Amino acid sequence: MNDKNDVDIRADVLIAGGGMAGMTMALALSHADVRAVVVERQAPTGMPKLSFDGRTSAIAYGSARIFDGLGVWSAMVDDAEPILDVRVADGNLTEGVSPLFLHYDHLELSSDCHDSVITPDAPLGYILENRTIRRALADAVENSENIETLAPSDLASVDRTAFGVTGVLADGRRIKAALAIGADGRNSPLRVAAGIAATDFRYPQTSIVCTVAHDRPHNGVAVELFLPGGPFAMLPLPGQRTNIVWSENSELVTSLMALDDAAFLAEVSRRFGDWLGALTLAGPRFSYPLGFLHAERYTELRLALIGDAAHAIHPIAGQGFNMGLRDVAALAEVIVDARRLGLDIGDATVLARYERWRRFDNTLLATMCDGLTRLFSNDIPPLRLARDIGLASVEKIPPLKRLFMRHAMGVVGTLPRLVKGELL
Amino acid sequence: MNIANPPKRSDQAAPNPSRSTIDDAEIEKFGKMAEDWWNPDGPFKPLHALNPLRIQFIRDQLIQHFQRGDPLKPTPLRGLTILDIGCGGGLLCEPMTRLGAMVTGVDAADRNIDIARTHAQRMELSIDYRCAAAEDLAAEGLAFDVVLNMEVVEHVAEVDLFLNAAARLVRPGGLMIVATLNRTAKSYALAIVGAEYIMRWLPVGTHDWLKFVRPSELARSLRTANMKIETLTGLTYNPLKETWSLNERDLGVNYIATAIRTNRLPA
Repeated sequence: MNDKNDVDIRADVLIAGGGMAGMTMALALSHADVRAVVVERQAPTGMPKLSFDGRTSAIAYGSARIFDGLGVWSAMVDDAEPILDVRVADGNLTEGVSPLFLHYDHLELSSDCHDSVITPDAPLGYILENRTIRRALADAVENSENIETLAPSDLASVDRTAFGVTGVLADGRRIKAALAIGADGRNSPLRVAAGIAATDFRYPQTSIVCTVAHDRPHNGVAVELFLPGGPFAMLPLPGQRTNIVWSENSELVTSLMALDDAAFLAEVSRRFGDWLGALTLAGPRFSYPLGFLHAERYTELRLALIGDAAHAIHPIAGQGFNMGLRDVAALAEVIVDARRLGLDIGDATVLARYERWRRFDNTLLATMCDGLTRLFSNDIPPLRLARDIGLASVEKIPPLKRLFMRHAMGVVGTLPRLVKGELL
Repeated sequence: MNIANPPKRSDQAAPNPSRSTIDDAEIEKFGKMAEDWWNPDGPFKPLHALNPLRIQFIRDQLIQHFQRGDPLKPTPLRGLTILDIGCGGGLLCEPMTRLGAMVTGVDAADRNIDIARTHAQRMELSIDYRCAAAEDLAAEGLAFDVVLNMEVVEHVAEVDLFLNAAARLVRPGGLMIVATLNRTAKSYALAIVGAEYIMRWLPVGTHDWLKFVRPSELARSLRTANMKIETLTGLTYNPLKETWSLNERDLGVNYIATAIRTNRLPA
């Protein structure tokens, strides 16, 4: 056992990873006076730059409620584009878009607004650039007295016992806490060190992410076009710009990324169509390999995994980060509930509550997104017909459609207090 | 033990000649299970399941009685002195300490005190643990803001004598909280047959139904010790949801009483 004097930093929780999930976690806990130390490899100033992360995130309605409850939504909302309408269509480059398509309008949920969670004209969600989210979170984290961020800093080891966790930094400093939270990404060193196995595979697809500017306004319409190589998503951004998440066969992506701007834009325009007028590139392009990961357990002795460390999915439905945010809201709630009773926040019963709460929701969404990816990423005629009929059927069954919409908005299941718009 | 016919009172342990309220057989029984106090899946699993609810009840009662404001703020019990009688491995002492109280835990089994002391030390919590009986502390003239008698009364040799000693340890105006099991047909079915024989939640013999205390007996006993019962609430278990809840209308099995120490000193 370590002598008390060997400890350099004390906190209630040790969070490995200062990305979007880790920062939101620290912030949520700080609101209930639970102190966190966040250990992040990247220097904090490097992250909000466009060159670090060119991606956008679809922030579901429920996720925006979480940010609002943590007081950071106001710092993001000016750069958030509300999604008022989602159109989903199946197509290929020679025949064009299938006439059978699915159309989600945010006003359709108005008939459903007798519940307290959704307000009548609530948008389906928002599109934000990740750097906007990172900047707002980083500012709030920096201003919190309950959060200490160590960045750039590396965790050499995390020792977990029945009585607490001790993290040792690469520079030898020791951190003592009651609980370690792995927000350390898809390859989570904490998950690996804890011996938690995961279902883990790569799709033969890579996503190209870029932003285009256009002549005509998008009016808050998001479009997902299912092409044989993978989904081509057009996500509305503020200021007549649209973010493109273009998933395509990985070999093809290598050559697409090598094209000059003019040739690349021509390939984008072929798929985008001319519904918003002429396109121009409005920033660099990025590529991200796509995969699926789901940890067999989210918890171990004094350890909880959140976000990509627990699950990483295909961006087909824009749900990955939203799942992570719901992890944060649920874990923060069980920790805070325990703290208010003076219970040990790293106790197995506390962690079991988190595991039970999140596993069902995450398993359902991860499986659905994997299924969708496999169903749509091909050009096999019977499958095309089946999925077109499927899309059209969902369109014709309003209750089913509303359920799908509520799922996409992140307001299904046992909701954490933060998602319900309550105080933590 | 024939579970169809509850045993008669004749097999009750003989009162200790030194007039201590400690029942040696009971102490022996719990001392043997001491290693498992902090294992949430061990023999004390039901206690771990019940713990959040009884802590919340105690916290809220104390906040209300001592006018402590917002229960959601950190350390709402700051400065209160609490004595936990029959503290076992410290399952209540540690949370009460984290909530800000200055806690003394006593238990008649020295094995329990060893476990509790070591655990608190490793959790870096400062708790005064003593291997003692309520009477020992009363003889020292100690008094506390709050005395907790949680799941203890049903294990002592003489309820009246025990509660009298415990009441002397409450300062005038202070609170005693007593949680115990009612002596009803329902408690026999649930707490003995159900929990020990069928569900195997508790080792067989954990409880002796004849030692269970009716609320009326508790009230009379407390009254003679100058304690006035303020609240009486049942605790009920939902086996489907596996959760405990407070239920004011069902005192049939587990119940909790809150009593205030009146100004007169007990005789």
